[in-house]
Amino acid sequence: MAVEELDPSSPEVMLAFYRRLYPFKSIFKWLNHEHTPTRLFTNREIAYTLQSDVYLRYNSFTTFEEFKKQTCTLNPTRFEIGPVYTARPRDKKTIRPGAFQPIQRELVFDIDMTDYDSIRTCCSGADICKRCWGFIAAAVRVLDSAIRDQFGYKYLLWVYSGRRGIHLWVSDREAMELTDEQRRAIANYLTVVQGGKDMHKKVNVRIGTKDPVLPASIQAALELLIEPFGDLILEDQDCFKKDEGWEDLLKLIPNEQVTAKLRTKWNSDEGRSSEAKWKDLRDLVKDMLKKTPERAAVKAAMEDIILQYTYPRLDAEVTKHRNHLLKAPFCVHPKTGRVCIPVDPEIVDEFDPKLVPTVGQLLRELDAAISEPGSEEHTDWEKTSLKPYVDMLDRHTAGLMNEVRIGKRAADMSW
Amino acid sequence: MNTSRQLAEVERHDILKYPHRLNFYDKPPLDDVTIEEFEVCALNRLRILAEIESCYARNRPFDELCSITRKQCEKYLPMDASTSKTDLDAQRRVDHLGHFVLRLAFCRSEELRRRFVKAETALFRVRYDLEGQVAPLDRRAFLNSRAFAWVQVDSQEKAMYASQLQSSSLGTKDEEYYKVFCPPLTTFSVAQQYAQVKWTRVPDLVEKRRVFLKGGWAYVPSRDQSSIVFQEFQMNLEKALEITAKALPRLDEDTRLVPLLNNLSQGFLAGVPSEWNATTAGDEIKADMVDELARKHFPACMRNLHDNLKRDHHLKHFGRLQYGLFLKVLGLSIEEAMLFWRRSFSGYTDDQFNKNYKYNIRHSYGLEGKRANYPAKSCQQILTMDQPGSTDNHGCPYRHFSPDNLQTALLSMYSAQGLTSADIPEILSTVKAGHYHVACTRVFEITHANRGVKKGEGVGGGESITHPNQYASRSRELEKAAVEAAKVEDGDVVMAG
Ligand SMILES: [Zn+2]
Repeated sequence: MAVEELDPSSPEVMLAFYRRLYPFKSIFKWLNHEHTPTRLFTNREIAYTLQSDVYLRYNSFTTFEEFKKQTCTLNPTRFEIGPVYTARPRDKKTIRPGAFQPIQRELVFDIDMTDYDSIRTCCSGADICKRCWGFIAAAVRVLDSAIRDQFGYKYLLWVYSGRRGIHLWVSDREAMELTDEQRRAIANYLTVVQGGKDMHKKVNVRIGTKDPVLPASIQAALELLIEPFGDLILEDQDCFKKDEGWEDLLKLIPNEQVTAKLRTKWNSDEGRSSEAKWKDLRDLVKDMLKKTPERAAVKAAMEDIILQYTYPRLDAEVTKHRNHLLKAPFCVHPKTGRVCIPVDPEIVDEFDPKLVPTVGQLLRELDAAISEPGSEEHTDWEKTSLKPYVDMLDRHTAGLMNEVRIGKRAADMSW
Repeated sequence: MNTSRQLAEVERHDILKYPHRLNFYDKPPLDDVTIEEFEVCALNRLRILAEIESCYARNRPFDELCSITRKQCEKYLPMDASTSKTDLDAQRRVDHLGHFVLRLAFCRSEELRRRFVKAETALFRVRYDLEGQVAPLDRRAFLNSRAFAWVQVDSQEKAMYASQLQSSSLGTKDEEYYKVFCPPLTTFSVAQQYAQVKWTRVPDLVEKRRVFLKGGWAYVPSRDQSSIVFQEFQMNLEKALEITAKALPRLDEDTRLVPLLNNLSQGFLAGVPSEWNATTAGDEIKADMVDELARKHFPACMRNLHDNLKRDHHLKHFGRLQYGLFLKVLGLSIEEAMLFWRRSFSGYTDDQFNKNYKYNIRHSYGLEGKRANYPAKSCQQILTMDQPGSTDNHGCPYRHFSPDNLQTALLSMYSAQGLTSADIPEILSTVKAGHYHVACTRVFEITHANRGVKKGEGVGGGESITHPNQYASRSRELEKAAVEAAKVEDGDVVMAG
């Protein structure tokens, strides 16, 4: 196949991708938690976006073969995964409305680079580069640890969204069962940066009246964010270098003497680096009298600044409702052609969106690897650079399945 | 508090059938109940719940809901603290019984169940907060009487997470509160205690970051343990109602109960009316006073009937019935009523009038037929019974008029008393949500603002309109009070002069 034929918006390319590469079986096991189909799969909504931009909701399947067959027939540009309902979504029309309710769903999170547009200096809009990925990496570190340590969930799958963001799917049994009220609680608990363009101070989470402190969970996040704040905000993005950048910073410091001194100094030294400016601020705090409320207030403001620039900015609405649909892992982003691959949170800093395999690249690899054309298998992805990512999902699912097995055995014993 | 008195109270708890004022209503009442008792208990409780619903419909803040509900409880369902010498078991039995009768009435549809659970949970919350203020020991005894499936955090673990726990309990007035209200003797109850529960049981506290979270467990300080209690109350009741709903068909065989339960379940639509009959009405009124009274004191339903009667010199059967009984209770004697209706039906000959209408009027005064003393119709009856046909004028304008007609009618009726088109959107949106009596109450407040009635005050103490005669009689009371006040002022002027 010639390169120009591998445009991800071409139906032939997508059909070849679904037939030869998309890991339907792995996705099935991940959604189903067991080898034989359960309600978690059969009552699960799949929504297709067709080439014609028609949106086809309430599809459901009894097996992964059926899932693959239908996907190849419809040949969508992408598809989304919804909740598990009380009945099969494809039978929706024949069921009385009250009897068709979402009951289970992975707990999901969505972080998108656009929410960082007011801070990042390297790119804007739809663009993303290795440098601004640093914001996403910091967000992943904080969220991953909060959800594991504070909420006690273990089965977290991070997935690159194909363009400029990342999704998180939590598959623990308890997480699957959460009500909308509980999902809203968790989303709001994890929302720290709030307020639009006209709100300067976007972090207002302290509790107590005299010397207010950060809640324990946010104190824990702050400790994870000090390093990225130095590397990313001060060094890489150099957010306070330009006038509007440091003016924004000064608006967040509740001490006129301090801001006046800094303003004089920075006005006379155009282009002073963010690192130097942050050090100027720290030096002024050091000189303030210890244990005074003024000093405590500026120190608190500095902590809040770190949070405002680096704490995860969630699209909270995605998390709040069980029936929110989210693009399936391993779909192809129609504009970039990149595959939505799982991301290992341990090495999220090393992730480079530009190095993510694209549909075109994968199909070329496949053509090169297969000597006899026409032999097509479910596991053709093994012959391409998609392999490590499918393996990552399978390992994740194996742990989940093992837990389900143990849970079942325990239930059997108790009888 | 000294120990001997405490011991005495402990003994008292033991001999009471209902040891606590707070109740989770786990077991249905088993003793024999008369049908009258059954109905009275349920109606009185329903008054309180309906008022709670109105509070939600009016978006009242919780502290207002609280004070209104407390007043209603004092009036309709008084329950004394354990230190009182009254017959506590009798009071608590009424509470218990009323709750269970209403479960039967409200388990029948998902919508009714949802509303009932919401109102009952609010009632429980109001009482729980009050108990915490006036009888914290009783409340603690109640809490100790139930297994709430929470694990008390031991001192070792508390020490391990000391700083995190501390930051979750900063800045609330409750720290102070516990110091004041919990005597040192009750060390088991004070603020430094933490209970460990799955975080999913206290989503409200998690959302506000008011608990420390570790591995999916929330460390709930004792001041916030009420969240767990309320959630448990709500969940228990939801489950119980579903079970009752499944068991109900068997109960439907009891023909005396079914109409009663149906009637009760309508209580949320328009509140529970107080009984309005001739004995509770004020002074007698004369036929030629009606016109002025209508302009100054009538709710929209009666004003509408009056205006139509004047225009058409006629009203159809249900209109005459609704208006006639209202006027009777307002204080129009049979003689004056005869005069009023005769004059109003001016297009008819004496012969026609006597033949077609006289009997009906006398009948409604209990002078014909089975000679019953018919009460005037309540909002609930007007809203739900004898739905008006296309040529009828009776019913409730808030429910039975189209929005544009309602707007025109309200402005023409009440502009003179201060209602303006700026008030209309709020009223229409209340109507749209199905809270007709709340809309009527709001109109009452607006049109009596010049008598000092404030928004949210209703017919007094935040109470909503549940009966047209209540509307009219409160309106007349306010006028009388204003007249009296003016007299006193005049007197002062004279004295000063
Ligand atoms: Zn960039």
